[in-house]
Amino acid sequence: MIEFFKRLFGPSDSGATAKQRLQLVLMTDHLALAPEMIDAMKRELVEVISRYVEVDREKVEVDFERHDHALAMMANVPILGVARPSERAPEPPAPAVVAAQPVAAGAPPLQQRKRRKKTQRAPA
Amino acid sequence: MSTRRIVVTSGKGGVGKTTTTANLGAALAKRGHRVVLVDADIGLRNLDLVLGLEKRIVFDIVEVAEGRCQLRQALIKDKRFDSLAILPAAQTREKEAITAEQFAAVIAGLDEFADFVLIDCPAGIETGFRNAVAGAKEALVVTTPEVSAIRDADRVIGKLLEVPMPISLIVNRLRPEMVRSGDMLAVEDVCEVLNATLVGVVPDDEEIIDTTNRGEPIVLDESNRLRTIYDKIARRLEGEDIPITSFEKPTFFKRLIGAITTG
Repeated sequence: MIEFFKRLFGPSDSGATAKQRLQLVLMTDHLALAPEMIDAMKRELVEVISRYVEVDREKVEVDFERHDHALAMMANVPILGVARPSERAPEPPAPAVVAAQPVAAGAPPLQQRKRRKKTQRAPA
Repeated sequence: MSTRRIVVTSGKGGVGKTTTTANLGAALAKRGHRVVLVDADIGLRNLDLVLGLEKRIVFDIVEVAEGRCQLRQALIKDKRFDSLAILPAAQTREKEAITAEQFAAVIAGLDEFADFVLIDCPAGIETGFRNAVAGAKEALVVTTPEVSAIRDADRVIGKLLEVPMPISLIVNRLRPEMVRSGDMLAVEDVCEVLNATLVGVVPDDEEIIDTTNRGEPIVLDESNRLRTIYDKIARRLEGEDIPITSFEKPTFFKRLIGAITTG
């Protein structure tokens, strides 16, 4: 009977999984983004956000997801707390790469997601 | 009619480029066209073997490029089709033995012998691929419905778009029963992912191994379903508008029927 339901609902439907995986991998292929570039981007992103809030650097994750026909970069940046003004970097913040959202002082650690859209096929 | 110079390419090896080239070439010749098939895989020649012409080779494409023989002398006429010939690759030379310019010049020289020139491209996207593409005006990308083959096909399509040239797609070795059960990418999924124009779907058929073993194109076998399929692809290349047999995706209802009948 389990076999029957498995067959009915598609035990794996691996064809659909294959399509999803392909669409994602092809989008990153088209960006021609080397892994080192993603790492560098991640470091700088964390750098900028850290000027405003205290970030759990070890748990930062950068991922790519598909949204309709575009690729979105998802950065998951766990925030531990808000850095006091005195702890901020002395120089004035550089033109913001990422618009930091205002966070109420003393707010509990929260997760902030930033999205960035990329064009579909970048020149190789 | 000016000669059509078509490169048959895939990126990944083993998806059926040579088999496609041989059988499509035979199908075109059968329809009355003068066809020359070029083996661009220098050092790993195979097209001659698939067509059973390996014993007749005297000269190869590198010798033509080096001016050591006439182009006409290097062409090997097929045993079964008068209007079909192959230009073999060199077997004991390196890919670098011929430049893209030399390759393109040899292919251009084939215009007087052929209506269709099909260039069997080596796997990969390096020297051999660049040479084969340099000789072509259009491309036929062969892929199987597997993630690795599709990813490589996508890479190749990206390279071809940079040239640029018109691109057609053949989905090879499809297993319709697996598509129906949801365990294989459907043709429409492959086309959507690759965003390319489909000219043919070739189902997986064990008999192709048998005919290749004997060095015969499957299009000779009147009873084989692939004969009709290659003939239709040949006609689509001629510009005829023939609908492509669909191997549709499973619907819930079909799954229900399938589950009842097999369960």
